[in-house]
Amino acid sequence: MGYARPLGNGGSPMNIEVKAIVDVLEAAPERFRQDWLSEVSKSGSARATSATAERDVRAIFDALLGGLRAGADPGRFEDAGWHPLHNVLAALSQSRAAQGSSAGETSQFVMALKRPLFVDLRQHTGNDAQRLFDALWTSSLLVDRMAQWTADTYQRSREDVVQRQQEELLELSTPVVKLWDGVLAVPMIGTLDSSRTQLVMESLLQRIVETGSELAIIDITGVPTVDTLVAQHLLKTVTAIRLMGADCIISGIRPQIAQTIVHLGIDLQGITTKATLADALRLAMRSAGYTVTRAGG
Amino acid sequence: MDRIPILRMGRSLLVTIQVDLQDRTAVALQEDLSAKIEETGADGVLIDISALEIVDSFVGRMLSTISGIARVLDATVVVVGMQPAVAITLVELGLSLEGVRTALNVERGMAVLRAAQDRRGG
Repeated sequence: MGYARPLGNGGSPMNIEVKAIVDVLEAAPERFRQDWLSEVSKSGSARATSATAERDVRAIFDALLGGLRAGADPGRFEDAGWHPLHNVLAALSQSRAAQGSSAGETSQFVMALKRPLFVDLRQHTGNDAQRLFDALWTSSLLVDRMAQWTADTYQRSREDVVQRQQEELLELSTPVVKLWDGVLAVPMIGTLDSSRTQLVMESLLQRIVETGSELAIIDITGVPTVDTLVAQHLLKTVTAIRLMGADCIISGIRPQIAQTIVHLGIDLQGITTKATLADALRLAMRSAGYTVTRAGG
Repeated sequence: MDRIPILRMGRSLLVTIQVDLQDRTAVALQEDLSAKIEETGADGVLIDISALEIVDSFVGRMLSTISGIARVLDATVVVVGMQPAVAITLVELGLSLEGVRTALNVERGMAVLRAAQDRRGG
């Protein structure tokens, strides 16, 4: 038997290497899946329960075999013939991403397919080294592409999660609260970037118009760092508030932040700053003509 | 060409901008207002821009200029009722209208003018 043929010319409906892989998979599906599962648990990536792992293994196995039988080309993994397998792998990485497995663990799960497949292929091809090599090369390529696909979808679904969380955070973190008649406060939490500043500015200015408040307090206790960019954003907000005809106090400046501001040479002149929100409120009350006294004191 | 009316209320002048300002209208307003301040001897000017929804750098600068002119003629200028979008636009354009006094609405603006007039000593 001489199968001396160049690699990677998969033109025929089912070439000899694919046939070998299909034969191996079909020979003993149950045992093959067991081997795969034990390989998965050996690699230590079996964080999912064995029941889910078994279900995932079965789904991938079926989709892989189905694709090969239908004559999908292992060299061209993007082809439509592999769509069922794509979907199965995408579902796997999405559920793994949601469970908190790492990308490595998830693709490891697919890579664990290699060992049982190679072992069986070796038995299947006997002593024909050329045939064995061809079959191994084809199957290795295929499994690598499967693992890559899994990692790609994993990353995409993680990015979706991050994106969604960012949006939710943005909505959560910019409440405008009314502290007193004519006094609004915005407790800023988290890093200030241009999109957030824009959002805060818009909602604050809108509330100033709605309530006719003459004073806004921006509290930056929850802002971890202040650099020149953040300071610039703050200055813009303050300027916009002044243009509307209201005034602004910045409060919650922690000692470290005060030091940073001075070291960076940021000019906050002309802006009222207070150490705490309480100080800012006291100033606001006083300028509005209120005095606070303890009853019966 | 539209001309923006300038009303007199006691010792103050009241300018309400109800249309989107064209450059020529803005220049005309500037001339009319300075003439009117001189003519009436008003010492306060209130400019209501609550109906103004679109500003460009020219209009922004014009507000500064009018304020400067009025100051030279010894009158206080208050710009009232600026919309949030307008304020944000001006800030993004880098115009902070230094030296222009602002108030939230006409009522507050009049209070600012009255306070300024009281300081002058009736």
